[in-house]
Amino acid sequence: MIYLDHNATTPVLPEVATAMAHCLRHTFGNPSSSHAWGQKAKKAVDEAREQVGELIHARPDEIFFTSGGTEANNMAILGTAARFSRGHIISSSIEHPSVLNPLKHLGDQGRRITCLPVNQYGIVEPRLLERHLGSDTILITVMHANNETGSLQPIAELGTIARSRGVLFHCDAAQSVGKVPVNVQRLNVDLLTIVPHKFYGPKGTGALYVRRGTELKPILFGASHERGLRPGTENVCALVGFGKAAAIAKRDMKSRVTEMRKLSTLLYKELMREIPGLKLNGHPRKRLPNTLNLSFPGVTGSALLDNLKGTIAASTGSACHAGRHTPSPVLKAMGLSDEEALSAVRLSLGTGTGESQIRLAVKAIAGACRSL
Amino acid sequence: MKVVYLDNNATTRMADEVREAMLPYLTDLYGNPSSMHTFGGQVHRSIETSREQVASLINAEPDEIIFTSCGTESDNTALMSALLSRPDKRHIITTRVEHPAVLNFCKAMGRRGYRVTYLSVNKLGRLDLDELDEALDDDTAIVSVMHANNESGVIFPIRNIAERARSRGVPFHTDAVQTAGKIPVDVSDLNCDMMSLSGHKMHAAKGVAALYIRRGTRFAPYIIGGHQEKGRRGGTENVASIAGFGTASELARNHVASGDDAVRQLRDRLQQGLLDTCPGALVNGDPLNRIPNTLNISFEYVEGEAILLRLNEYNICASSGSACTSGSLEPSHVLRSMGVPFTAIHGSVRFSLSRYTGEDEIEFVLEKMPPVIRDLRELSPYVKEI
Repeated sequence: MIYLDHNATTPVLPEVATAMAHCLRHTFGNPSSSHAWGQKAKKAVDEAREQVGELIHARPDEIFFTSGGTEANNMAILGTAARFSRGHIISSSIEHPSVLNPLKHLGDQGRRITCLPVNQYGIVEPRLLERHLGSDTILITVMHANNETGSLQPIAELGTIARSRGVLFHCDAAQSVGKVPVNVQRLNVDLLTIVPHKFYGPKGTGALYVRRGTELKPILFGASHERGLRPGTENVCALVGFGKAAAIAKRDMKSRVTEMRKLSTLLYKELMREIPGLKLNGHPRKRLPNTLNLSFPGVTGSALLDNLKGTIAASTGSACHAGRHTPSPVLKAMGLSDEEALSAVRLSLGTGTGESQIRLAVKAIAGACRSL
Repeated sequence: MKVVYLDNNATTRMADEVREAMLPYLTDLYGNPSSMHTFGGQVHRSIETSREQVASLINAEPDEIIFTSCGTESDNTALMSALLSRPDKRHIITTRVEHPAVLNFCKAMGRRGYRVTYLSVNKLGRLDLDELDEALDDDTAIVSVMHANNESGVIFPIRNIAERARSRGVPFHTDAVQTAGKIPVDVSDLNCDMMSLSGHKMHAAKGVAALYIRRGTRFAPYIIGGHQEKGRRGGTENVASIAGFGTASELARNHVASGDDAVRQLRDRLQQGLLDTCPGALVNGDPLNRIPNTLNISFEYVEGEAILLRLNEYNICASSGSACTSGSLEPSHVLRSMGVPFTAIHGSVRFSLSRYTGEDEIEFVLEKMPPVIRDLRELSPYVKEI
């Protein structure tokens, strides 16, 4: 079986798993305890905080650990909204549900929410942000890379606009951290979401980068963990894995980007040769190097993946409700027809993907297309 | 040197079986449970198995369990859900001795205009249920009382409290983080609508917990995003930790069902030994209604923190107050609520055992404690004849 669903989740790297297994055996203390076992656990958490900070060019005290990307996004949006009794929020129409649903919640409470449209490549145009910014705008939240198409948003430009108007800027970087260089200084963001299970770390943990001086209200209430912003006993061993995955991502970033780009280009070229009418969804260049979202002419993505069951694990962007497929809202927002959107499949590569797997995948996908 | 770990109310050592159950999900079984393909399906099934195991520990149905990231999240979710489900009701009842996860949530809601009644406890750490009856009114949205207190170990009469709340049509939540796996916990016997559990207090991993929600209870999610946990909690599931939590629940259920009384016997041995050898020692909390693993004991005219530092030299881990408030020099809010005299409140130490605690560990503590207390008393400017 060839796993081409790395944007859903990634395998844990062996070095990460080893570090976690060691921690599970030897570092069980509660970091809040003052005795030696507690302090050992605290040290492990502090080290992870430094490693995660380094990956995105932040200081350790700007990293706040959460239970995952969803909580980090909830915290950024609801924690900012809690500071202001009213105020307008701007986002995009292609965000993840963990951003869209808190926004919907705030909308239901009477807040004005604007979702900026995207162009045909799935990219938000900065001039639209300028047009929609109001004097009452309190927050802008735009993702770095889209999970379905991999299209990279012009975060640095959006951040410059946000900063010039004094508006807080949050970026959901769940899909980009660990895959491409992410530098919070260059991106001009105030808040940024990080999710290790998308870059060979464990599930059940995540982080929110909070730039020094940025005010945020907690959304969970309890003891004073994470400097009062996020209560709950720290998930120590998962954080050790998170830190390790961050350190490896930093170390391997250059080769990772080169390798992913080479393999996804190969996959795309080979599939183009085999399947006439194949269409790439998303920007041809401004895209995550590991992600290909392709519309296959004349077949539905779900039928194609059914046919490849047991051979290739990938995903369609569509949500399946009671056996009926609805087209992906992300692809629809880019102007695709229902038919084009329903024929889309997302192939997302990872560090474990090799050239021989790519060639096998091409053969299998082309064969399935023909038989359908 | 061997570590004598007697701080199991703060967190527990992971059981070997739990670690074994987790490791496959950190290596081969890495799929996302929401994925439609085989990688996802396998992982999804393991979550459902864990859900059955956790449900079975507290005699609930699997669909009444949602997984969360920690006890704090479970507590916050339960209380916020009750408030959101009945927006017309603006009153919360809880106790003065809850964990900060409940207390600070209530304080935050107090700032948002909610009325909060904090029930008091007597010197044994017991609640006065007449006070509860007086507090209950038509405006009450939720009653939340912990099953057992983390510091004193005192067990509250949950069934009685739940009945009083429910007879007035008020939903009842209990934080059972400190009881699950230590004493029988049965949601239908206790008659509660919601219950919080935490993995790392019962030999599973940190970063995983559960909330029991009785079928038919109105519910509003707290962390919102994807459709995970049937729309009741967004976020990719912490698969490995959930698998471990399931195993830990099964181990805990077997332990409780076996009726094994060794933990209580060791705790009682420790208590009697300290009372016999250390003058000026007082046990805090109701001696009759106490979880079997916990001993909260004060040594008059000595600083608890100083005792812990000395014990640390012998690799003995215990705590003063709870881990979540450690580092603060304020005396414990729990012991203050119980009216522990000021000569004793600063000198309290909590020893909390587990089913893995050995007799030799208790004997070691009993050997080391008397000279530690004697030495510290000699240094104390407050000491009187005892």
